[in-house]
Amino acid sequence: MTASDLYSERVLDHYRNPRNYGTVEGADVVSREENLSCGDEVTFYLKVDNDGRTQVRFTSKSCAICRASASMLTELANGRKLADVAALGRDDVLRMFGGSMDPVRERCALLPLAAMMSAVSKVKKNP
Amino acid sequence: MIYLDSAGTSQKPKRVIEAIGDFYLQYNANVFRSANTLSAEASELYISSRRRIASFIGANEDEVVFTKGTTDSLNILARTLTERCVGKGEKVVTSILEHHSNLLPWRIEVKKQGGELVVVRADKNWRVDLDKIEQELEKGAKIVAITHVSNVLGTVSDIATIAQKAHKRGALVVVDSAQGVPHLPVDVHESGADFLAFSGHKMLGPTGIGVLYGKKELLDSLTPWEFGGGMVRSVTLENETLEDPPGRFEAGTPHIAGAIGLGAAVDYLKSVGMTSVKKHEEELLRHVFDVLQTEDVEIYGPREPNALCGIVSFNLKGVHPHDVSTFLDQDGIMIRAGHHCAQPLVNSLGVSAVARASFYLYNTTEDLDALATSVNRARDVLA
Repeated sequence: MTASDLYSERVLDHYRNPRNYGTVEGADVVSREENLSCGDEVTFYLKVDNDGRTQVRFTSKSCAICRASASMLTELANGRKLADVAALGRDDVLRMFGGSMDPVRERCALLPLAAMMSAVSKVKKNP
Repeated sequence: MIYLDSAGTSQKPKRVIEAIGDFYLQYNANVFRSANTLSAEASELYISSRRRIASFIGANEDEVVFTKGTTDSLNILARTLTERCVGKGEKVVTSILEHHSNLLPWRIEVKKQGGELVVVRADKNWRVDLDKIEQELEKGAKIVAITHVSNVLGTVSDIATIAQKAHKRGALVVVDSAQGVPHLPVDVHESGADFLAFSGHKMLGPTGIGVLYGKKELLDSLTPWEFGGGMVRSVTLENETLEDPPGRFEAGTPHIAGAIGLGAAVDYLKSVGMTSVKKHEEELLRHVFDVLQTEDVEIYGPREPNALCGIVSFNLKGVHPHDVSTFLDQDGIMIRAGHHCAQPLVNSLGVSAVARASFYLYNTTEDLDALATSVNRARDVLA
């Protein structure tokens, strides 16, 4: 895959105008992950509403791939049941980037998923 | 393709690859063990490589020990020298400019001895702060472990002055020359370094081979760090008589092909001349500072080509260096982005990562024009 496949219009759009960027007031959990090797860091804020729907937002200091991945993930997760969010995985992330990417950049793309999943498991432990 | 990651590893001339192939095809045998023609030829090639490599850095041949590379050499030195000279509460000095390989081994080993590792800051020109080193020496530091050339900024340390200051107070000087020997004329005796480490693969040679240089009288006094075949003259059930250095420090079958490859690499560099290599890199630096600089590009470190080796680290404002690197890659330009195994230094620049273009004798000013064009393109798309 070439850089222009990786930086598709959709990815660039999510990078320039990240959706659900910021904190969630009264979040049930906050989960932060960082990739020390490149300096990416991303924080997910998660709250489960009374009807069991998930609300997630994020902040990040990161490369375009990491930020776009976080933004697209929040779109996938928001408003869904916690169990559905918990079922999201690597393939869902890669699909947003056209199916595959090189192993170095894959780490950037998967960092937000790790942060979100860690938030989900914290909520599950302390519902 | 344009290769601008020679500080990571250099490309290899055909001559070097052929020398390695020739060894395996025509002379393959173990060294110093068997009285047969092949072993004699292999041993002769191995010895001759060591001789040429030693002469390349101004050393005697018995002062050059083959290792796996710079990291291996520095780990060995940190372990053996710390055990020998650093007692409880005593200090080893290093700097913020170090690659992790000249920081972590010392930290771990010094801690084991109950000593203290002092990391001195850089001066305002991003060179090792000589005054701070001197202050630590005055307080009794036993070892100064210092980089020859920063792998992030390309700044060159004044080894001769550091050695002079250290020797005045009886301290040892260990030099990480992973980015020095490949890019500068080096004369170890003139520099005064007690020990110096470098890798073959960053200087046109193969991976898996490197050098630990040590002054003869110091190597003579060191205890071997590994034991086995090849490093002993005789063994009885009770006792052993060790070989003289450097054989004493090369237990087991050595990396014969690697040593031969590095010998060929050194021949290549010698035929070009290290002064010419340095001059060429200065030309390239002058050019890259010129073409890369725009108001959106921050270049780190001093801009004095004659005081630097061929490395330029930079960031494009508002764009993560990983994104820059991926964009350049699409234009066929290979650079590296990240902390370059020198996290404390990169963090002290006020960032968590930088993009690094590093060059060597085979790069041209056109390569750097392409770099600048591609960086501008990345800015247009991402910034």
